[in-house]
Amino acid sequence: MARKFPVGRLLPAIATIGLFLVWELAVRGLHVPDYILPTPSASVAAGWTFRAALGMHALQTLLTTLAGFVIAVLFGVMLGSLVGSSRTIYAAANPILIGFNSVPKVAVVPVLVMWFGIGTLPAILTAFLISFFPIVVNVATGLATLEPELRDVLRSLGASRLDVLRKVGFPRALPFFFASLKVAVTLAFVGSVMSETVASNKGMGYLMMSAGSRFNMPLVFAGLLVIAAMGVAMYGIFSVIERRSTRWATRGAPGL
Amino acid sequence: MTAVSAGRAGAGGGADRDRRFVDLDRVTLTYAATGRPAAEEGTPAALAETSLRIAKGEFVAVVGPSGCGKSSLLKLVSGLMAPSSGSVIVDDREVAGPLKIVGMAFQNPTLLPWRSTLDNVLLPLEIVQPFRGRWQKGKGEFAERARALLAKVGLAGFEDRHPWELSGGMQQRASLCRALIHEPDLLMLDEPFGALDAFTREELWDVLQSLWLERPFTVILVTHDLREAAYLADTIYVMSRRPGRILLRRDNPLPRPRDQESCYQPEFTALVHELRDHIRRVRAA
Repeated sequence: MARKFPVGRLLPAIATIGLFLVWELAVRGLHVPDYILPTPSASVAAGWTFRAALGMHALQTLLTTLAGFVIAVLFGVMLGSLVGSSRTIYAAANPILIGFNSVPKVAVVPVLVMWFGIGTLPAILTAFLISFFPIVVNVATGLATLEPELRDVLRSLGASRLDVLRKVGFPRALPFFFASLKVAVTLAFVGSVMSETVASNKGMGYLMMSAGSRFNMPLVFAGLLVIAAMGVAMYGIFSVIERRSTRWATRGAPGL
Repeated sequence: MTAVSAGRAGAGGGADRDRRFVDLDRVTLTYAATGRPAAEEGTPAALAETSLRIAKGEFVAVVGPSGCGKSSLLKLVSGLMAPSSGSVIVDDREVAGPLKIVGMAFQNPTLLPWRSTLDNVLLPLEIVQPFRGRWQKGKGEFAERARALLAKVGLAGFEDRHPWELSGGMQQRASLCRALIHEPDLLMLDEPFGALDAFTREELWDVLQSLWLERPFTVILVTHDLREAAYLADTIYVMSRRPGRILLRRDNPLPRPRDQESCYQPEFTALVHELRDHIRRVRAA
């Protein structure tokens, strides 16, 4: 075990480097022109050249995404608690939620632009709209799965509905909640970048849009790589928090 | 009855033998598959015209074929379900809602995986009055009490382990502690040892018996293990097939405390045989 551990930790890096190598060699070997598919090295070089602009837009997107994500967490936990703690509300709200989630959010962006104008606010809202659904579903599921025997034990102790939520519901929903955060934060990036692409003059979406219109494909790919890196970083942060706070759910074994 | 009283007197209990504590009077329970009580005609009854009297501090076992409404009986007495007709009286009061003097343990230990064993045992004290009101002040004292109880069932040293680090038998011991920590007057056991291996099960019989001898609470034990009923109970009831009703009431002549030797007494064997004959007849009917 102790010997295998470092290899396991290096695996993601090896796989990533391997992917870039294959990409680099394939593009060079097949003589794909830069404006169709740039090599990763050209993308990184372009990113370095435009590092000031890239950094500014990346920060804009990161903050936009996190703002939308924070709203999604607050809203998702509230709605999820409501839906998960009452069968009636669950039955009533479920079709609406599924319907809402099925609407492509890219179609909502023009509506948001009509209401709030071009800029950061529609991007925050799109990030929120696209990422709250998994949180709601997971929190509700975590709360709703209570063993009947345990419910009997608690009811015979005179536990109120709030007691049951506090003592059993929320702790049980925690692993579901953290699992949904990992998914939601990556979705939030999708939402904010999408909105920036359609209607903004700031952020990674805008940067890639304008770079694309000038056929600067290496810069577009530099942008994609930066977004991917931010997504992986956020996912990683929430994985660590998840593992720390819900050790019981994995029975002490290291999680994913 | 006399034999039982004598046995209990020797163990220090028995003062309240003649006081009725639980009284079921011609109780019928009908409910649909959803678990909700249903009034409609033709729904098979879970319990039919069941009458049962349990004295304070009595250890009762209910045996019968599976699906005969034994678990429904527990839910009726603890007030988790209301009877369709008839009355359930506990401690001179008609049961109208969940009783707060009840401890429960099931075949599934249902411990909370994110809590340590100690915190699992403490759960009832965080919820039930008057402990709840004194929780902040009395926390240390409560924890000591839980530790003492855990030590009694042989779980000393495992207080800080999580349930998934314990064996099935240890989890069931902890579940028993959780059912008893708030010193309930009534302990409901629904096949609590059903999922354990034979050796662990018999060990836990002794654990339960010694806890009960120490502080006699009223016990209703639902089981399909006739030896378990004969080993533990003062009084054994045999139930019919669905719709369940009480077919037979047997006083247990064996003196207390009982041990492995008791299982080889002729009285024990005779009792188990008699119960088995009844169950066989019920199943064939």
